[in-house]
Amino acid sequence: MLKLYDTELSSRLLLGTARYPSPAVLSEAVKRSGAGIVTVSLRRETSGSRTGGAFFELIRQLGVRILPNTAGCHSASEAVLTAKMAREVFGTNWIKLEVIGHHDSLQPDVFELVEAARILTNEGFDVFPYTTDDLIVGEKLLAAGCRVLMPWCAPIGSAAGPRNPSALVAMRAAFPDIPLIVDAGLGRPSHAAVVMELGYDAVLLNTAVASAGDPPAMGEAFAKAIDAGRLAYLAGMLEPREMAVPSTPVIGKAVFS
Amino acid sequence: MNFVVNGEALALEATTLADLLLALEYEGEWLATAINGDLVHREDRAETHLEEGDRIEILSPMQGG
Repeated sequence: MLKLYDTELSSRLLLGTARYPSPAVLSEAVKRSGAGIVTVSLRRETSGSRTGGAFFELIRQLGVRILPNTAGCHSASEAVLTAKMAREVFGTNWIKLEVIGHHDSLQPDVFELVEAARILTNEGFDVFPYTTDDLIVGEKLLAAGCRVLMPWCAPIGSAAGPRNPSALVAMRAAFPDIPLIVDAGLGRPSHAAVVMELGYDAVLLNTAVASAGDPPAMGEAFAKAIDAGRLAYLAGMLEPREMAVPSTPVIGKAVFS
Repeated sequence: MNFVVNGEALALEATTLADLLLALEYEGEWLATAINGDLVHREDRAETHLEEGDRIEILSPMQGG
């Protein structure tokens, strides 16, 4: 069973809550995907508005773990304050730490990320860092107190799928006992199956489900692919071979001429 | 006094953060507040006195990935 910061989870799918066509579709997608964790965010509230409260109530009714993010933050100080405000609202020490360093690729600023992770861990947060597949950054995040790593496999929202599977393999090998969650760039269920076959512990999705023609059905499709990939990883897969190997035994084959 | 609330300059009479939220019709347990980059806990708003030029952030839950 997946264990993240001492919490056991039966699902290996974490689902974002943005970009769905309606709250009802979001709710149905979470249910059909079986996600055990949903990500949420914080934004400036308009005077007199109750929009935030209505959304919060919807999420609470889903009965899943809430993982607030620091999306849109570009410095450690900004991310730390956002994390503290998220803890005030959502009542959880969990924080998906995002510190964006590049406007076009949304690549994380790993220097600010490590600094923010160190500060937040010291303040009692359980940090889920959105990072790259760089091994040294991973080591520094663990040294800062993180007990989970969430590398991208392609830019956020790109739907490109694993662009550098070798780096993901290296990361799995480098951190065999740390839960690894692919956090960004997955576009279709087969992408999720690939990273799960590589031994990743879970995946975090948003746009691939929310922007699908039928988000609840896509949520279920991803869940099945994730389960299939995990099962295949545990079952042990054949390595590719250059030449054919007959699957039907030739011993006892009839000779007709 | 003059404040900047969620990036918008405005002038109003408010002694504490709780007064300001009331005056601007912000209500709800789901709000988080900060002044000049420091979190102000829900239970401290009534005792948190405002000063001229304070930058106040009022955030609430929204969808996120």
